[in-house]
Amino acid sequence: MKEGGRKVWIGIALIAVALLLLPFALSLAGTAWVRIANLALLYVLLALGLNIVVGFAGLLDLGYIAFYAVGAYVYALLASPHFGLHLPFWVILPIGAAVAALFGVMLGAPTLKLRGDYLAIVTLGFGEIVRIFLNNLSQPVNITRGPQGIAGIDPVRIGGIDFSKSDSLLGAVISGPMKYYYLLLVLMLAIVLINVRLQNSRIGRAWEAIREDETAARAMGIDTTALKLLAFAMGASFGGVAGGMFSAIQGFISPESFVLVESVMVVSMVVLGGMGNIAGVILGALLLSFVPEVLRWTVEPAQRALFGKMLIEPEVIRMLIFGLALVLVMLFRPAGLLPSAVRRRELTDDRAA
Amino acid sequence: MDIFVQQLVNGLTLGAVYAIVALGYTMVYGIIQLINFAHGEVVMIGAMVAFTVINALAAGGMPPLVVVLIGTGCAIPVCMLAGYAMERLAYRPLRNAPRLAPLITAIGVSIILQHLAMLVWSRNVMAFPQIIPLTTYNFLGATITGVQIAILSLCFAMMTGLALLVYRTRLGTAMRATAQNPQVARLMGVDVNRVIAATFVIGAALGAVAGVMVGTYYGVAQYTMGSVLGMKAFAAAVLGGIGNIPGAMIGGLLLGVVEALGAGYIGDLTDLCRWGIGPEASCADGGHFILFGSNYQDVFAFVVLILVLVFRPSGLLGERVGDRA
Repeated sequence: MKEGGRKVWIGIALIAVALLLLPFALSLAGTAWVRIANLALLYVLLALGLNIVVGFAGLLDLGYIAFYAVGAYVYALLASPHFGLHLPFWVILPIGAAVAALFGVMLGAPTLKLRGDYLAIVTLGFGEIVRIFLNNLSQPVNITRGPQGIAGIDPVRIGGIDFSKSDSLLGAVISGPMKYYYLLLVLMLAIVLINVRLQNSRIGRAWEAIREDETAARAMGIDTTALKLLAFAMGASFGGVAGGMFSAIQGFISPESFVLVESVMVVSMVVLGGMGNIAGVILGALLLSFVPEVLRWTVEPAQRALFGKMLIEPEVIRMLIFGLALVLVMLFRPAGLLPSAVRRRELTDDRAA
Repeated sequence: MDIFVQQLVNGLTLGAVYAIVALGYTMVYGIIQLINFAHGEVVMIGAMVAFTVINALAAGGMPPLVVVLIGTGCAIPVCMLAGYAMERLAYRPLRNAPRLAPLITAIGVSIILQHLAMLVWSRNVMAFPQIIPLTTYNFLGATITGVQIAILSLCFAMMTGLALLVYRTRLGTAMRATAQNPQVARLMGVDVNRVIAATFVIGAALGAVAGVMVGTYYGVAQYTMGSVLGMKAFAAAVLGGIGNIPGAMIGGLLLGVVEALGAGYIGDLTDLCRWGIGPEASCADGGHFILFGSNYQDVFAFVVLILVLVFRPSGLLGERVGDRA
């Protein structure tokens, strides 16, 4: 036991060192790769948030990106020239999380009685409603600037550190994207910790009971209404935090970034990685955000090398391979790449029966 | 009143098309409880194939009706093949997998189909050639076009045909038996795999026709047209009670009408000047202060859906469903 424990700690230390050094390695290949890593971390935040709703509580949410959008717009409205407001980052992020949680309850409350796929379409519709409102709330009073989007959003400033500029520390240059990387890493660790602690808590076990059999859960005295709302609210607030970070990092947002495909992408990350399993969800998010980027950078040179010219748009090939990957992974690992213990048990039980 | 009838006619036309697409979702769902996310893309492919053929034949001097029929005739087998292929390759191997696995493959198939279509037809919008003369009729003060009449009658013919197929033939009986209980249906000698494949193929054929109709109605087709149409039709299927065939028909028609009436009236109803509470600066000289204009049209489908489901959690005609995500 002791021996195994030490190995785990050595493993964790190695991963920590690797994560800390990663941006330096990536910036050798170009700052673009650090930005891609940041985007991947944002997706990890989103996937972990959605995992609470889909993986823990078993509520299929196809409109999750709406909460990301809410968080992003809260940040943009409170820290941009649009309204002339420039609140600091550590004030806005909790507001964004709270507003997103409120939206989560707004979605959760009317859908408490819905089950399975009925919930899926309502959440999908909710995501679309939010997007359509963002797109049109520029008339008659200009709130969201509609399809034009909001530009000039403030970057994160903590103390004297401006996250949009480069600094040098101990002789090493730390660029803006690298600072965001570390900030996102801290956020991710916090959310992972919350996820882990939740999973084995009273609440986490109650969610699991609801997921497995809602009627039985209620019969055992679980307040399913409150717990389902809590799942929606918590998942949404993580989405809101991620959205706020997205706003700050990009400096510009528009409704274009919050389309249905993005929701579908996050759901795919959760399911592909292994619903309910935190390591699996992180793996899914990293794979689905990195693979398309790697393809983006390799497909074009590969075509030029093979045929001497571009035959097919890289974007098309990228998406074709992506779609194919979704199908193939699911065909060969239907419970995800790293299935949770419960799922694995269910699957073998099904076969036995 | 005139606007009302006009929007009713427009809504019924669009709703009939939604209903046909919704049937594709609901038949598949009824039998294997799968949301076939790629169904909207099948509809899109139907429209694209038909448009290609119609554009090629448009200059040939054949009567327009024949041209459209040939185009549709080419689209149907292509879509049937696509429907069969996706069931065979992406869904059948996952029959006993966790519920969400086939949903993800469906999303994968939908991405693949959409980008294949982009590869074949490019990103450009394909226009419907000007071959059908615009004929209009007067109907209770509203204008109804020949195309609208054709779409409406064709949709009702297809719905009747499908109802006869499902409730009067051996295949239909087998489909209903499989939907109720696949294991028992198999014991009774039903070839369940064939029945499921047939369901996909029939749904795809209906989708192909719907694609041609919606393309002809709007006059354009593009590789992205499947997703919004698919989403609305899926909403229609759920509205009626997913898995329920008459439900999909009613849901589609209702959604189309609500959408058209909503788009027609919302601007008027949310004009604060009309109610005398708008800001003076905007309302002077008969000005408007419209809170929500007709660009909120796409919201109606989902707002109605949510409202209906709050009061009837299994849709208008649906039965209680299982409780797993």
